[in-house]
Amino acid sequence: MLEEIKSLRKAPEEEYYVPGHRTCAGCGPALQYRLVAKAAGPNTIFLGPTGCMYVANTSYGCGPWAVPWIHTQITNGGAVASGIEAAYKAIIRKKKTDAEFPNIIVMAGDGGSSDIGLQALSAAFYRGHNILFIAYDNESYANTGIQTSPTTPYGAWTTFSPAGPVIPEGKKLMPKDLPKMMAHGHPELKYLATASLSYPLDLMNKVRKGLNAEGPAFLYIHAPCPKGWSFPADKTIEMGKLAVETGMFQLYELHEGQYKLTYQPKEIKPVEEYIKLQGRFSHLQPEHIQKLQQFANGRLKEVGIEVSVPAQ
Amino acid sequence: MSISPNEVPFAGTVPSPKTENEGMITGSWRTRRPILDTDKCTECLICWISCPDSSIKSTTAGMEFNLKYCKGCGICNEVCPVGAISLVPELDFED
Ligand SMILES: Cc1ncc(C[n+]2csc(CCOP(=O)(O)OP(=O)(O)O)c2C)c(N)n1
Ligand code: SF4
Ligand code: SF4
Ligand code: SF4
Ligand SMILES: [Mg+2]
Repeated sequence: MLEEIKSLRKAPEEEYYVPGHRTCAGCGPALQYRLVAKAAGPNTIFLGPTGCMYVANTSYGCGPWAVPWIHTQITNGGAVASGIEAAYKAIIRKKKTDAEFPNIIVMAGDGGSSDIGLQALSAAFYRGHNILFIAYDNESYANTGIQTSPTTPYGAWTTFSPAGPVIPEGKKLMPKDLPKMMAHGHPELKYLATASLSYPLDLMNKVRKGLNAEGPAFLYIHAPCPKGWSFPADKTIEMGKLAVETGMFQLYELHEGQYKLTYQPKEIKPVEEYIKLQGRFSHLQPEHIQKLQQFANGRLKEVGIEVSVPAQ
Repeated sequence: MSISPNEVPFAGTVPSPKTENEGMITGSWRTRRPILDTDKCTECLICWISCPDSSIKSTTAGMEFNLKYCKGCGICNEVCPVGAISLVPELDFED
């Protein structure tokens, strides 16, 4: 059992995601990786489906993990994790090892979870493997040059959803809601939560709850990407906070069939305060911003947070 | 560089680093260096938990930066509640 971390002072000093990686300066996914590794501790195996958290971490035959790590295809993080879990269970049952059953953590991007990797993820949860699957959401296929993914917000510029005279808002579709997809329809699911790198204690404790659960656990982590969203490298934490404070991202968990809000902003700010700091939204006209406000209000209502910024 | 076939690691397996990955030293990326004002610092650890590059440590002598890897992103300076960190252009330093 991993214990609750009550304060920053009680957080483990040890790093298992060590310095020495090619992620951009201020990379949100790198920071959340560090927090996840810290919370999980030494008895951990990480799996890295293709994406920034594989490619930008593994340079020329080396990587920054002080624990075992294995690459998987972007499609099959869930499948490789299932195999490792089943193999560990078998060799422990047959007494071929005296090793303790490890934390098996998939660190998949939004592409590697909500899109290309969805089949393997869903199948692993259907079968009930004892793994923690993390989707770090930087809201694009970042590693290949910022292409739109199912979780890219409406109105965001990406290289595959450029804003121009024909489509002035850039991305036209509303994003997929992966945590809600995972929450309903996987009877073996034992724990699910959303988290943000701007709330590190909350994040680390959700990692621990997911690992303590005896069965599949899913964690969806909002991870601002300075390169893809086009904001200065020192604003990563502020961006994560603003996403929560404007209702663009909500923090909750689902345990034993009960949803619980884990953080509720005192006052909801207009989405404009979040998007005005990001180059990917700089082309938006007032009518597009209103559509984003409607989107945030809809998501807030769904989780039971009072909507206080009206949308026209 | 050539290595004999029996020295090639099995399935691309390489050892895990312990405390740092010296295969990718990133300190040279930095254009601004974080500098601490120890009189202002309350050792609240907020900068420590916010660094994506694990480049700040709490020591008996106070908070210390690991300039071998720090990329100079400036997050620590942004999150410090008391303004104890400043970012100084690298060109102002001799080393
Ligand atoms: C089957 C397959 N299709 C496409 C690619 C190319 N590819 C490599 S990384 C990547 C982006 C992954 O995006 P995401 O999972 O969101 O992770 P991120 O890079 O954003 O961290 C893509 C499309 C691939 N490796 N495999
Ligand atoms: S593109 Fe984004 S996710 Fe990828 S390394 Fe850079 S900041 Fe991190
Ligand atoms: S955030 Fe500021 S006050 Fe807190 S430990 Fe870091 S430098 Fe010191
Ligand atoms: S500037 Fe960035 S990389 Fe350097 S110590 Fe501060 S937070 Fe870490
Ligand atoms: Mg992504």
